[in-house]
Amino acid sequence: MNFNLTEDQELIRKTAQEICQEEFAPKANEVDEKGEFPIENIQKLAQYDLMGIPVSEEYGGLGYDFVTWSVVGEEISIACTTTGAIFGANMLCIYPLMLFGNDDQKEKYLTPLAKGEKIGAFAITEPNAGSDVGSIRTDAVKDGDSYILNGTKVFITNAGEADIYVILAKTNKERGARGISAFIVEKGTPGFTFGKNENKMAFKALPNRELIFEDCKIPAENLLYKDGRGFRVAMQTLDVGRIGMGIGAVGLAKAALKEAIKYAKSRIQFEKPIASFQAIQFMLADMATEIEAARLLILKAAFLKDRGQKFEDIAAMGKLYASEVAMRVVNKAVQIHGGYGYSKEYPVERYFREAKLFEIVEGTSEIQRSVIANYVLK
Amino acid sequence: MDIIVCIKQVPDTTEVKIDRKTNTLIREGIPNVINPFDKNAVEEALRLREKYGGKVIVISMGPPHAQEALRETIAMGADEAILLSDKAFAGADTLATSYTLAMAIKKLGSFDLVICGKQAIDGDTAQVGPELGEMLDISQVAYVCKISIEDGKAIVERVIEDGYELMEVTLPFLMTVTKEINEPRHASLRGVLKAKKKEIPIWGVKELGINEDKVGLNGSATQVIKIFSPPPREGTRMIEGTIEEMIQELVGNLKKRKVI
Amino acid sequence: MESIKILDNCTGCKKCLKTCPISAIVIVDKKAQILEHCNLCAACVSSCELEAIKIKRIEGKSTIKINDYQGIWVFAEQREEKIQNVVYELLGEGRRLADKLWVNLSAVLIGNNMESNCARLIAFGADKVYLVENSLLKDYQGNVYTRIMVELINQYKPEIVLMGATSIGRAFAPRVAAKLSTGLTADCTSLDITEERQLAQTRPAFGGNIMATILCNNYRPVMATVRPKVMKKKEEDQNRKGEIIKIFPDVKEEDLKVKILKIVKELESKVNLEEAEIIVSGGRGIREPKNFALLEELAATLGGVVGASRATVDAGWISHYHQVGQTGKTVCPKLYIACGISGAIQHLVGMQTSQCIVAINKDPNAPIFQIADYGIVGDVLEAVPLLTKSLKEML
Repeated sequence: MNFNLTEDQELIRKTAQEICQEEFAPKANEVDEKGEFPIENIQKLAQYDLMGIPVSEEYGGLGYDFVTWSVVGEEISIACTTTGAIFGANMLCIYPLMLFGNDDQKEKYLTPLAKGEKIGAFAITEPNAGSDVGSIRTDAVKDGDSYILNGTKVFITNAGEADIYVILAKTNKERGARGISAFIVEKGTPGFTFGKNENKMAFKALPNRELIFEDCKIPAENLLYKDGRGFRVAMQTLDVGRIGMGIGAVGLAKAALKEAIKYAKSRIQFEKPIASFQAIQFMLADMATEIEAARLLILKAAFLKDRGQKFEDIAAMGKLYASEVAMRVVNKAVQIHGGYGYSKEYPVERYFREAKLFEIVEGTSEIQRSVIANYVLK
Repeated sequence: MDIIVCIKQVPDTTEVKIDRKTNTLIREGIPNVINPFDKNAVEEALRLREKYGGKVIVISMGPPHAQEALRETIAMGADEAILLSDKAFAGADTLATSYTLAMAIKKLGSFDLVICGKQAIDGDTAQVGPELGEMLDISQVAYVCKISIEDGKAIVERVIEDGYELMEVTLPFLMTVTKEINEPRHASLRGVLKAKKKEIPIWGVKELGINEDKVGLNGSATQVIKIFSPPPREGTRMIEGTIEEMIQELVGNLKKRKVI
Repeated sequence: MESIKILDNCTGCKKCLKTCPISAIVIVDKKAQILEHCNLCAACVSSCELEAIKIKRIEGKSTIKINDYQGIWVFAEQREEKIQNVVYELLGEGRRLADKLWVNLSAVLIGNNMESNCARLIAFGADKVYLVENSLLKDYQGNVYTRIMVELINQYKPEIVLMGATSIGRAFAPRVAAKLSTGLTADCTSLDITEERQLAQTRPAFGGNIMATILCNNYRPVMATVRPKVMKKKEEDQNRKGEIIKIFPDVKEEDLKVKILKIVKELESKVNLEEAEIIVSGGRGIREPKNFALLEELAATLGGVVGASRATVDAGWISHYHQVGQTGKTVCPKLYIACGISGAIQHLVGMQTSQCIVAINKDPNAPIFQIADYGIVGDVLEAVPLLTKSLKEML
């Protein structure tokens, strides 16, 4: 049992922290207000080698592990939640390529993603298929050396900005989940367009758009893994996605706690800083405790994954717990700020809006509970 | 294009706090950093290397822990780093410092450009760069905010009080740079991992083959005889009342003090 | 450490501990001990009331004969044939020091067509003017200026050489000092003559948070640069008589090495913060870049200029010419009005020597209030227009 990061992991985390605090934190509010994709931040992530942490060096990555990737993701989210979310969503494209891509696919798609030259996205959700992955309707019909894609994906993170998309489509409508396959689609492919950007409560700078496929012809070699095995690609990708979402929620909660502490120490009421009142202290204590617990859960999942052990149940627990902790933490952070917490002058107002996302995307809390229950009852 | 950059490790003044009661610096636990202007120097060297090829060697004179500053420049992308460290170097003023740096650069051999930050934020003298240039007996330009190189000649902009001087200078030469010249990059992850393993040689009096009486305290022309805190300002007068009242009172006070 | 010793009369009072910037002193058995990493900065020496800390130097390595050197020189910096203000200030201070030492004060004027300026240098205190003229010396040319100055010093042997701490003086003085292998102290704020006829040079270090007094006992000349606006000019005396020594050096085009292609004046940089009497500075607290207009109006009303904190410059709200602080300009105006500036140490070191400081800030705990003469807790956007209005009515 050892809770310490290795020397290299800590060095990477610290470097990431410095980069994120210097480059992203000062502009985080602006990113939210402007609502524009923070492309500069993503370019920085690439410049500083943060985009391909768990990808092998052979394919342009850093050759480290998911614990390292997680603590870096945490630092990014502390500094700028939007950039953290983009970073997390990017992994949903990188990971299936790492795991299921053949050598040619890795060379062509994984390498530029790991180097950060290109951005990735991953698409399952459709208007009528969210949690129920088996019911997707986008279909892929084999036509000689090609597949023809038709259908619509919705809420796709990084859509429009991403260059490479891993998408799920039905290659056999009769076979339900076993009729699903994964494909790699490049932006710019004829017949592949983007719909409107969702007008969201928060994360306005994070694109969530429709992917529209209208007789979109892609080469057959862009089939990722085997025909009919897309469901497995999706599930394994989501397992890692949960670590990403969880650590994003932890980062957000940590940022909110930091603000709350700063405010509680400087806000004077009844001639004392409000941090000296027990009501405030107890809130801060609960926030810190829950964050610590959520973080440990997530990092344990990453740790197990790195060791090749079963991590899927812990990842689901981590995602569930961290996202709910984030909600509780931001709620208290706003409360501690009083009226100012409701004002856009302080970042906790933004954190409050942002936190809700984590309980919904990449498997709602309810889905996570189902997943966990399945493991528990097995 | 072989470039030598001279850097100094300094206390991070962003972390320095002042004890207003005793009017002294609270220096405990202040981390050391690369002098900010020297970071601009390293950045410019890296950019010139990216454009024209060659290598970047960074040198620093300081105590053993200055190795960390050099390591950071390796992480930023410098090719080599050398620490000039010896007990005999302690207590050096700018004359002895620039002499030591000059001897190290001579030992390194040929170069096309030497870059220093315009000054260090702890001493603020801005002297080591120009003194070093003289000791190397090469051309020099201080306070450079822009540079381009063509056919062995550099066109530089030198900042002056009310604008800049556009100059042409033949390589090799020494320049000191201002912060306007660039935005220094951070070290990348690959960079820090590489730097961690990098061996940074330490050169002392013996390696440089120089005489102890020309370096450190012995080689210094100046000596500090007293360090003291400046007299504290008279107390702050916090003006109170409505905003209109405060402004009226302020104007009255300023008039009384004859500052307006 | 052999060069630094603790004498037996040390009582282990710990006073020196606090002064050491690198924690190289420990107390063992009620006696101070210097650790290996001491860098002989001497910060501790003057803290010891018992004078129990001694730094030993191997003296007299310089082959200079100190007594051969006599007189004080001021480098009469000119730009576009105009003598810079700081020169007259240096002549004022130089005069005072020369009278203490019973020596002559000389000005060294290098340029072209400058003869008409000599009388003024004398009127402000010079006994002699070394007038060095050549058409190639019109503008400051580092290589040749250095060569000429070094030759003059070697020939006439002044004991003290003073220059303004300007973009020219600060680049020029170290070159001369290095060629002569002598001591140079930058940015002095006060100069004096000790009982031993040495020049005691006091300068701020650590951005003005500590002061250091520096001597140069065994090398000549003693060189120092002095910031503009620190020293006082003497009253101009047109009846003063002095000697003009004309020198016409041989300068060739190829000696210049560094060619000045052109000198560009930037409209924006007309904000000469260093010379300004009144500065109205803005920080993050003004909230939006457009609000600098409010500060400009206030500055215009007072006949001052606008300064800025690093945060606003970094955010691109205003050009870097306006930046006050460690990585910007160091200023000491009569009146400094800090608007919405919290007062990070990097800002404070650039302006805390201002004669009168007014701080307007919403946050009563902002560090700027600790160094201000007058503090107003309030919204800058409300206070500044009111201040402008009431000044306009009054002035």
